[in-house]
Amino acid sequence: MSLLEIKNLTAKLADEDKQILNGLNLTVEKGQVAAIMGPNGSGKSTLSYVLAGREDYDVTDGEALLDGENILELAPDERAAKGLFLAFQYPIEIPGVGQMTFLKAAINAQRKKNGLGEISTPEFIKLVNGKAKELGISQDMLRRSVNVGFSGGEKKRNEILQMSLLAPKLAILDETDSGLDIDALKIVADGVNAMRSPDRAFVVITHYQRLLDYIRPDVVHVMAGGQIVKSGGPELALELEANGYADIVGKAA
Amino acid sequence: MNAVTPIRTAAEQSLISAYAALRAAGAPAPAVEDLRAQGYSRFEASGLPHRRVEEWKYTDLRAMMREAKPLAGAPDASTLLAAKVAVGNIPRIGGSRLVMVDGFYSPELSDTGTMPDGVKVTSLANAIVGRPEIVARLAGSAAAQANAAFALNAAFLTDGLVIEIAPGTDVGHVLDLISITSAGEARLINARVLVLVGEGASAGIVETHVGPAGTDYQKNVALQVVVGNGATLEHGRRQIEGDQALHLATLDADVGAGAHFDTLTLTTGAAVSRSQLFTRFVGENSKATLRGVTMLRGRQHADTSLLMDHAVPHCESKELFKHILDNEAHGVFQGKIIVQPVAQKTDGRMMSQTIMLAEGPAMDNKPELEIFADDVACGHGCTCGELDPDLMFYLKARGIPHGEAEALLVEAFAREAIEDFGEGPLGVVEELREAMLATILDWMRARA
Ligand SMILES: Nc1ncnc2c1ncn2[C@@H]1O[C@H](COP(=O)(O)OP(=O)(O)OP(=O)(O)O)[C@@H](O)[C@H]1O
Ligand SMILES: [Mg+2]
Repeated sequence: MSLLEIKNLTAKLADEDKQILNGLNLTVEKGQVAAIMGPNGSGKSTLSYVLAGREDYDVTDGEALLDGENILELAPDERAAKGLFLAFQYPIEIPGVGQMTFLKAAINAQRKKNGLGEISTPEFIKLVNGKAKELGISQDMLRRSVNVGFSGGEKKRNEILQMSLLAPKLAILDETDSGLDIDALKIVADGVNAMRSPDRAFVVITHYQRLLDYIRPDVVHVMAGGQIVKSGGPELALELEANGYADIVGKAA
Repeated sequence: MNAVTPIRTAAEQSLISAYAALRAAGAPAPAVEDLRAQGYSRFEASGLPHRRVEEWKYTDLRAMMREAKPLAGAPDASTLLAAKVAVGNIPRIGGSRLVMVDGFYSPELSDTGTMPDGVKVTSLANAIVGRPEIVARLAGSAAAQANAAFALNAAFLTDGLVIEIAPGTDVGHVLDLISITSAGEARLINARVLVLVGEGASAGIVETHVGPAGTDYQKNVALQVVVGNGATLEHGRRQIEGDQALHLATLDADVGAGAHFDTLTLTTGAAVSRSQLFTRFVGENSKATLRGVTMLRGRQHADTSLLMDHAVPHCESKELFKHILDNEAHGVFQGKIIVQPVAQKTDGRMMSQTIMLAEGPAMDNKPELEIFADDVACGHGCTCGELDPDLMFYLKARGIPHGEAEALLVEAFAREAIEDFGEGPLGVVEELREAMLATILDWMRARA
C-alpha cells in the first residue's frame, strides 16, 4: 500500500469562492523522497495546509489516504497523531509559550496516543539538547518563546528540530531551504537524510535544485494550476532549472 | 425633610434593619459610631446602586442582590474549628499566615508568634479603641466615601485587621492573609483591613478569599493601604469564593513619594463579583502597577472598576487587565485615569484584553482618560477576540489536542499580567505567581 494517496483533491478558500486545488492526484510510496516544484501561486503550500487540516480551506471533492485511511475528516492534531508532519513555509511565532513547554506538550501528546506515560524531565532535556545540538540550535533559542525573535533560518531549523523529535511517517517540508545559509542547508539536509527509512516518506517542496543536491529525491512532481502536471525522475528538476516552467505549464494549460 | 419615602427593595429593607440592630447594640467607640453613621447615611440616601448609576451601569447591584443576608456574627468555637481544617487545606504562600473567619480576625488560626520584626498585627476591633490616628485613616478617600459598596462596608464596620509595617522594615516574605467564610446558613460578611507601610519599608501581602460552594453568602470587604514615602508594597489577591457567592471588594490606596505599589488580582470565584481599585499618588516620583486576570465560566459575572488618580507630578502608572470568558459569562472592565492639572510628566498606560473561548460570553469595556495637564504621556487600549486560529493550527499540527492548545495560549495570555509582578525587592512573590499560574491551568483543564 502507498503511504500517501491523493485522489482528485479539490479545495477552495473557505470564505471566498476561489478554488486552488483542482482535482489533484499524487501518490507517495514508503521510503520515498518526492520533490514538488512549481511556479509561485500554483498551490503547493495550499496542498500542504489542506493535508495538515488548516481551517482556511474547504475540501469540495476527492480524498487523501494516509496508510489507506482518509485523513481529510480528521482534526489537525489527529492527523499529526497518525504520523503526518508539516514543516511550515512560514513558521509562526507564539509569544508567551516557551519553546520547551511547547516541545514537551507535543511529545507528550504523541506518547499519550501511543499509550505511554509522560516523558521524564531529564529524558526530555537530554533528547532535545541532543537534537538541538545536531541542528545548531542554541540553548538561548530553546529558552525563548516559540519562534519569537528567531531569524528566518533559525525558524526553519526549529521546524526540523520538531520533525526529528516527533519522527513522523510522512513529513512535508514546505520550502524549508528558503532562508537557510549554505551551512544550514547542509545541516538540515543531513537531518532529513538521517531520518530516511523504508517506512518513512518525505515530500519536499522547493524552488531550487540546490536542496535536491543534498536530499536526493526519488521522484520529482511539477505542480501548476492546482494540479500535478508532470512527474519524472531527479533529472526533471535539472531540466526545470535549465528551462523554467514555460514548456510544461504551457502544455498543461 | 423630604416627604417622599423612597421605595426600598427587600435587600435594602434588610440592610436598614441590620444597621438599626447594630446601632442599638452600641459601637465599641464613639469614633466607630461616627464612621458607621457616615457610611449608613450615604447608603440611606441612594440605596443600592443600579444600572442608571453611571459607575454601576454594568453591575446592577440592586437587581443582583435580591435579598441581603443576615450580618455574620463572630465565629463560635465549633465554627473556628471547622475553619481551621479548611484553612489547613489551603497551600501556604509566603511566610506568616493571618486568618479572618466570617470577617473577624482569628489570632487562634494565625501565626501570631512568627510575625517578622517590624510587623504589628492587631484586630481592627482592638486597634480602633483609643487610636484616633487609625480611626482617621478608616474614613477613606473621597472616591471611596462616595462609593456605595465602601459606604455599606463602613456602615457595618466591626472587625478586620490593622497591619503596620514599621519604617525601614524589609518584611522579607509575603504575609498570607486568608479570608474564609464558614459553611452553614448564608450570611453577609463585612470586613475591613488597613495596611500601613512605613517610610522606606517593603512588604508583600496576598489575600485569598474562599468560602463554601453551593451557598449564596455575601461578602463586602475593603482594604485600605497607605504606602509611605520610599516604601514598596506588593499586593496579590486571589478571589476564589464559592460558586454562588456575591463578592464586593474595594481597594483604597494612597501611594507616597518615591514609592512603589504593585497589585495583582486573580478572579475565578463567585457568581457575582466586583473589584474596585481606587489608587492615588500623593507624592512624586512613584510607580503603581495595577493588574488582574479574570476567568469566568457558566453565568458568572465579574466587574473590575478602577480609578487611578495622578494627583501629583512625575508618577507612572500601568494598568493591565486580562479577561478569559467562557460559556455565558459576563466580564466588565471600567478604568479611569485622572491626571490633575499639577500632575505634569505623568505616564499612564491602561490596557484591557479579553479572550472569548465561546460564542456566548459578553464583555463590557469602558476606558476613560481625564487629563488636565498638558505634558503627559497617557494611553489606553482594548482588545477582544477569540484565540488566534493560526496559532491554534500550528500547535495542533504538532499533535497537541485542541483543549491543550487552548490552555497553552490562555496561559501565555494570562502570564503577561502575572510574570513581572513583584519586580521589587520581594523575590518571594514567585510562589504567588506559581500558584496563580497553576490555578489558571487547572481552570483550563476543568473545561475539557
Ligand atoms: N488563505 C488564503 N487567502 C487568500 N488567497 C490564498 C490563501 N491561500 C492561498 N491563496 C492563494 O492561492 C494560490 C496558491 O497559493 P499557495 O500559497 O498555495 O502557492 P504556492 O505554490 O505555495 O506558492 P509559493 O511558491 O509562492 O510559495 C495563490 O494565488 C494564493 O494567493
Ligand atoms: Mg508556498
